[in-house]
Amino acid sequence: MNGIARAAARCAAFALAAAATTLAAAVPQITFEHFNPEGALVAAKFMRENPGTRVNFRQVSFQSLLESLPVQLASGQGPDVSMLADWGSLTKYYLDLRPYVDARYFEREFGAILPALRGNDPGSKAINGLLGTLTLNGAFVNVTLFQQAGIALPGPGATWDDWAEASRRVARATRTEMPMEMDRSGHRFASLAISYGAKLVGEDGSFVVDEGLKTAIRKFVAWHRDGTMPMDLWGAVGGATHRDNFADFMNGKVVFYFGGSWSLNNLDTEVGDLFEWAVVDAPCGTSSCALMPGGGAIAAFRHTREPALAGRFLAFLAREDNMREAIARRPAIPVSTRLLATGVELPGASEPMRAAIATFTRQVPKIPKEAYVFQGWRYQRAALNSMTTRISQVLTNELTVERAVAFMKKDVDLAIQASKR
Amino acid sequence: MPSAWAFLSRRHGRIRADWTDWVTYAYLMLGVLVMLLPVLWVVLSSFKSEGNLLEFPPTVLPETIESVKVEGYNRPLALFRVKRDDGSEVLMAQVRRVGIRAQMVDPANPGAGRVVVPVERATALRKVHVSTENYSKLLATASGRIGSSVYNTVFITVVATLITLVMNSMAAFALSKYRFRGSNVALLAILATLMIPATVVLVPIYLIVSELGLNNSLWGVILPGLSTPTGVFLLRQYMLTIPDELLEAARMDHASEWRIYWRVVLPLATPALAVVAIFSIMSRWNDFLLPLIVLSRPEVHTLQIALAGFTDENGIQYGMLLAMTTLTALPLALGFIFLQRYITTGIASTGIK
Amino acid sequence: MSGGTQRVPRWIPWAFLAPNLAIIALFSLAPVAINVLYSVTGSDNLYPSERPFVGLDNYRTLLDCESYLDPSSCSRDLFWRALGNALVFVPTQVLAMIGVALLTAVALNRDIRARGFFRGVFFFPVMLSPVVVAMTWVWLLQRDGAVNGILGSLGFLKVSWLADPTRAFRWSVFVTVWAHMGFYMVILLAGLQSIPADLYEAAKMDRASPWRVFTRITLPLLKPVLLVVFILATIRSVQTFDEIYILTGGGPGSATKMMVHYIYETGFAVQPRNYGLAAAASLLLGAVLLLFTALQMRLARGGRDA
Repeated sequence: MNGIARAAARCAAFALAAAATTLAAAVPQITFEHFNPEGALVAAKFMRENPGTRVNFRQVSFQSLLESLPVQLASGQGPDVSMLADWGSLTKYYLDLRPYVDARYFEREFGAILPALRGNDPGSKAINGLLGTLTLNGAFVNVTLFQQAGIALPGPGATWDDWAEASRRVARATRTEMPMEMDRSGHRFASLAISYGAKLVGEDGSFVVDEGLKTAIRKFVAWHRDGTMPMDLWGAVGGATHRDNFADFMNGKVVFYFGGSWSLNNLDTEVGDLFEWAVVDAPCGTSSCALMPGGGAIAAFRHTREPALAGRFLAFLAREDNMREAIARRPAIPVSTRLLATGVELPGASEPMRAAIATFTRQVPKIPKEAYVFQGWRYQRAALNSMTTRISQVLTNELTVERAVAFMKKDVDLAIQASKR
Repeated sequence: MPSAWAFLSRRHGRIRADWTDWVTYAYLMLGVLVMLLPVLWVVLSSFKSEGNLLEFPPTVLPETIESVKVEGYNRPLALFRVKRDDGSEVLMAQVRRVGIRAQMVDPANPGAGRVVVPVERATALRKVHVSTENYSKLLATASGRIGSSVYNTVFITVVATLITLVMNSMAAFALSKYRFRGSNVALLAILATLMIPATVVLVPIYLIVSELGLNNSLWGVILPGLSTPTGVFLLRQYMLTIPDELLEAARMDHASEWRIYWRVVLPLATPALAVVAIFSIMSRWNDFLLPLIVLSRPEVHTLQIALAGFTDENGIQYGMLLAMTTLTALPLALGFIFLQRYITTGIASTGIK
Repeated sequence: MSGGTQRVPRWIPWAFLAPNLAIIALFSLAPVAINVLYSVTGSDNLYPSERPFVGLDNYRTLLDCESYLDPSSCSRDLFWRALGNALVFVPTQVLAMIGVALLTAVALNRDIRARGFFRGVFFFPVMLSPVVVAMTWVWLLQRDGAVNGILGSLGFLKVSWLADPTRAFRWSVFVTVWAHMGFYMVILLAGLQSIPADLYEAAKMDRASPWRVFTRITLPLLKPVLLVVFILATIRSVQTFDEIYILTGGGPGSATKMMVHYIYETGFAVQPRNYGLAAAASLLLGAVLLLFTALQMRLARGGRDA
């Protein structure tokens, strides 16, 4: 071949290569981080339905989401889409999805969650993310013990006092060591507090001390004094350490355990048919029958270079069929309005598990606004730590209730002050 | 025999034992029990099965309840001796038990149906049984984490000890074999760090380690503790006893100062080096606070942190925790048994200063 | 010294010292200065350049109390509780530790068989890591643990040992003494063995009682070693953290919260991290430590003059 043809061939090769690289560069891609390995399945399905895009899934530990993610975001790096360890502390990095998703759908389905993801900013209308599934604080009851004692289970609408009384009687009749137990966690205690009218977060975004909070603490202390709750958990350990004794419930040592819905899968496999257990409706206080929500919210971040793709991916995650699939894979509580209304099929789940999820699903609409506000509050963690520490001090007679709540306010104020400067 | 007794009871040159001797021995035996039993108990408990661990009062030896395979049930059922109303006893297998009642079947005739038995009528058939399930479960579920934390700890211990030996002996060499202006100041500076409590410098050390980019790196734990004042002091005292003539002779042979240090002094200081090495290994293996602060990611955790924070998704599993505690204590405990003499003499000589 | 040192260049010894001095300067001396800087700045930023100067605010917050005798009247009540705990814990634990160590050393100093074995047994817990020590005792002291098991077999009721503030405090003293006593015992034993035997022979000739022998011969000659042991034990006691952190987590409430735990919590365990407050607290702790040590040396000197 002569020189011209060779030159032409070279040009063509060059053009082809250029086109190829442009094409490769043109494939939009995002990174998606979650601690649940099933994220890979979701990413794969998205890529199948949207050829020409890439979603790189990375599985990370919960610890890393709690500690490394904020550091990465602060320096403008990090994934495009990620699960969040808590809802309210990283709001300034979230990407507003309004331009990229069906805003009306999101507002309808996730209406209760969106304000929490806005950092409770009343002026904002941003759609900052979604919640695939919800976790809820839950009241677990050993039904077999009730049967053996011959005492009927308190029905829906029963108060915390009703449950305490019933548990005490059952424990006495069956010689069970402990009537009631609650995770050593401010998050669990908050359910009790809100039920008795505590607001926890004020209009100005600071911690609120009110009669509701004090009443809840007084009741809690009284239960420890009269033996309804053992001192081992809240009394024996110091500081804000999180501890749970769910193993006590699984081993049949406690009648009523107030923990979280995340223990369901474990409970189901470990206990099997050793004894009959159930999740009951939220115990009520004077103001509401509150259960604190939680769960992994998923958001996209402002620094992303592919906001449209991130938005599409989140819309995909929020799609009804995908949420149904996720819940069917691993039983969890649905959160979107439509799924709550219709319920979700749980093929292969055991009877007690299905009943439990159904009960939890019934509780979701009853979650009071204060609970969501608290969960989305920027200083929730500081408040939780302080509550756990100070309540322990009341239990060991180091502080009076009055002084304890005063300290709670001071602790949180100090935290707000330290992070504002 | 009589001579053995005389031998054993020889005290203060007298044939009979003094009352103070009996008191002494009683005290020492009590001490042995108090010191050894707790640890032995942990080791024993680590060989108990999960059910055994839940029992109260705890059994001394690892035991399980005898079990038998019964037709129609896929899990072997525990055997109990049940007292009937007429006082006779019969062997029954327990299907499940909650609270004060248990459901049991006759193992020979399961088809006859389940009988409800009040718990106080049944006593379990027990036998001694060493269970390794805690260890196997531990290795199965957490072997990755334990493996990495063992590696991290070993890495820190070995590297830090080697560097400490070299660095401290270099400093001791300079302070013992040279007369120079400022040697006293240097020695004082090194010893003064003994007076600075580690806690006073926690936050700044964290800052410096972060600035150096060693946050979550094993070197971030290794570097801060490399200079040990007691190590320098010990080595210096020992090196002072090495005759200077040896150094002079080496210098005559045109040996460099480094060669003198490395080839002449260091080999002669081996006993002191051994003591410093043992101190360093002990301190590094057991170090807790500094790693707790510097190493926050699980991949770089040391064994002590892993043990302290040992929970899996299901909360604290005591069986596995006991197994892990035993494994963590094992290396140094074994080393101690073999090296007791060195360790105790080393500490004695430091204290006497 | 031989004239050989003159042939060696001046910089050689400094070259050998350099690595050690560098590490000390970087990780021991500089941090003290930086700590002062932290204590007078605020915010939760780690890097000093980003921290605003606040003067003595951190100290003011720490020392802000209506009544110094009542920790709950203080702004940072946990700091004062920790301090109060230290003021009780340190003397108690040090005296218990040295007392037991001395007693054991005296026992081992006698003409007994298997001294090496006994010495090893008493020293053994020193080798265990604080985490292992704490885990062992947590396991023994829990509601269904061995201690309650023994009590049960003797007919007593179960006691929740670590759920009661006083009991938890006493167990903290016990566990730390259990873990570290062997270290001081070995030092004291060496000190005892360096006392010349003929002094004891002379005392026996004079038919002196064991108590007189102990107070007139043993103790005075042991004094220098005792002083060293007391100071070492005090320095360690003020900085107690590891075992108690795992044994009780500072609880119940704050009954066993020690100073180092407070500093660790304030500076590292809460969100947002309050480095300024932690630094101020740690400098105050350093002052307390110096006070204790100076007090001891003064007492020792006073004793010697007497």
